Amino acid sequence: MKQQHNCENCPVHHKENLIRLGIAMDRVDYVIALAGNPNTGKSTVFNNLTGLRQHTGNWPGKTVTRAEGGYSFADKRYKVVDLPGTYSLLSTSTDEEVARNFILFGRPDVTVIVVDATRLERNLNLALQILEITDRAVLCLNLMDEARRNHIEIDERALSRELGIPVIPTAARQKEGMPELIAAIEEVASGKFVCKPHKIKSRSLKLNHAIKSLSIKLEQQFPGLPNLNWVALRLLEGDQAIIEAVRTGELGQLKPADFSIPV
Amino acid sequence: MDNKAKSNKEDILSLANSLRWDLGVNFHDTVIESIYNDASKIANKTVRIQGKRPAYSLDLKIDRIVTSPWLGFPIMFLLLALVFWITISGANVPSGLLASLLVDTLHPILKGFAASIGMPWWLDGVLIDGAYLAMAWVIAVMLPPMAIFFPLFTLLEDFGYLPRVAFNMDSLFRKVGAHGKQALTLSMGFGCNAAGVIAARVIDSPRERLIAIITNNFSLCNGRWPTQILIATIFIGGAVPAHLAGLVSAGAVVGIAVLGIGFSLLVSWGLSKSILRGEASAFSLELPPYRPPRILQTLYTSLIDRTIFVLWRAIVFAIPAGILIWLVANVNIGGISLAEHFVQGTAPFAAIFGLNGVILLAYIIAIPANEIVIPTILMLTVLTAGTTGVGEGAGVMFELDSIGDTENLLRAGGWTLLTAINLMLFSLLHNPCSTTIYTIYKETKSLKWTLVSTFLPIALGFIVCFFTTQLWMILMA
Repeated sequence: MKQQHNCENCPVHHKENLIRLGIAMDRVDYVIALAGNPNTGKSTVFNNLTGLRQHTGNWPGKTVTRAEGGYSFADKRYKVVDLPGTYSLLSTSTDEEVARNFILFGRPDVTVIVVDATRLERNLNLALQILEITDRAVLCLNLMDEARRNHIEIDERALSRELGIPVIPTAARQKEGMPELIAAIEEVASGKFVCKPHKIKSRSLKLNHAIKSLSIKLEQQFPGLPNLNWVALRLLEGDQAIIEAVRTGELGQLKPADFSIPV
Repeated sequence: MDNKAKSNKEDILSLANSLRWDLGVNFHDTVIESIYNDASKIANKTVRIQGKRPAYSLDLKIDRIVTSPWLGFPIMFLLLALVFWITISGANVPSGLLASLLVDTLHPILKGFAASIGMPWWLDGVLIDGAYLAMAWVIAVMLPPMAIFFPLFTLLEDFGYLPRVAFNMDSLFRKVGAHGKQALTLSMGFGCNAAGVIAARVIDSPRERLIAIITNNFSLCNGRWPTQILIATIFIGGAVPAHLAGLVSAGAVVGIAVLGIGFSLLVSWGLSKSILRGEASAFSLELPPYRPPRILQTLYTSLIDRTIFVLWRAIVFAIPAGILIWLVANVNIGGISLAEHFVQGTAPFAAIFGLNGVILLAYIIAIPANEIVIPTILMLTVLTAGTTGVGEGAGVMFELDSIGDTENLLRAGGWTLLTAINLMLFSLLHNPCSTTIYTIYKETKSLKWTLVSTFLPIALGFIVCFFTTQLWMILMA
């Protein structure tokens, strides 16, 4: 509550600046991906941002395709892509592939990671994997109302420090925290907030060395690839989709602006 | 140049291969472990749970009841029955009001207007007696039950009950060689089969996903609920004392829905033992916390998203169907209409299955949308039964003030309790609507599986109706 008070002094926080564009999305400035575990409220956040009414339901696996919508904030136009919920980026079912391909190849300007505040530890597994791929992300700490009801307290500032990205507590069903989330997305998208995403630390020296030598090779072949280490790790793990992307050269051809991945 | 680039890429892959050998076999596990370690460290630093009360104690208590081996299924059926009972008993009055407004009042006004501007009889017939009346019928018959059923179902969904249904049914699906998540796609199918078919994407294994797609049609979709509810109210409810009618007809509809689940299991079993052989794969299903449903928002979104959406679809299909019905009823060859030719020609065939020619013709006309089956049946019945006094003449969808009138009409058309039971069975077991068939094709990208999904249910429908009729004949003889 205190926080909101302070924010009222800041012009970008005024909700009047938000114009929901629904599905009218010509001429977009930024592409935003909504990722997260199943049933954390991604579609509800999506609806709040875009003014659309993507069907929501309290069961995991409800969103199996990508939904897209848009909003305009502080003179910039944003396209929002609601991805299917996934537990990891390693698996291979159709809905998980949709999510992973979009974050990897679609290269959204900002990935909003929606997590369930009452199950933070398990949700962080996916968040950390996403931070391996992209370095522009915002953590939307959703379902704060349920966390409060269950007496769970989360130190958002410490969490933000650990992850190296903005952390915004929200209760999307009650529309709490949405102005703050929109502002944080703007800051990351425009580069005002520079993320220093957490990278996995508990890895063996040997593995780090293997990743290093492979990513040097990758860098030569695909200069400018933003997530070398992650691609290297996936190659080491024998991920068929990534091996194919290397073999066909698809990995290097995709420019940041190219987000037209077929579902 | 190209060759060099290609060899560079292969170099990368072979380097990855050799490094992988160095890292050893359990390297994948250590990668996962390192992620879990970091996640747990961060969570430990930032999360604090106040007090000793374990989180979600109430949720656990509710789950212990609704997913218990003894109470799980009875509670499921009771909830389902309650939803139908509220729908059936609540929909009658508004249906009557809508019918008297749209059909009794507006239709004569439109007819009068058409006469006053000198509209030719055939145009007036096609537009007002065909298209307008079909649309009016769909609204009167379908809007009230949907406006009650969808919000109730959405409330259950919003509350978090669906995953518990999946949890209860998981063991059944595993036993028949299907994926446990098929319970979720089955539940989605109760809303709309096309949505249920798309929802099958949550199933990883192609074999189990196909089974889920093929059997989704056995979930009664919302286009078929009004048929079930109306016929059960008239014939099943009519066969018992009045004070039990509501309960018994709700029970009959639940019975059909449960039978559908039974067929879903049976066909899944058949498929997984024959053309789609294989073991059921393991999966984990998260039971989400119960969330207090947002009642007003649910009412709003379920009315806008589901009710209006489905109603609009029904109207869009009803208008051309209405025109078609008017035409087949009014275009004559040798003194009798096309419709009567078909109805009389198929009568002996239909009789074997305890149905009649009207029902068969209605199901052909209604392939685009199950929603218009009942209006089509009623209209065709007037024609062939030659009933006078209710309608305004051949090929006109006439006014029926109440369910009682509908009953008189159907009985005059030679309907019996057996016809009603067979119609309910056939409504459960017939080809999916054209939207669903198209969705199946898009999802499977296979003509073969689309054809299987289309013709398997209709074959089953004829078989089941045949045996029901023969059994009835033996018992009643």
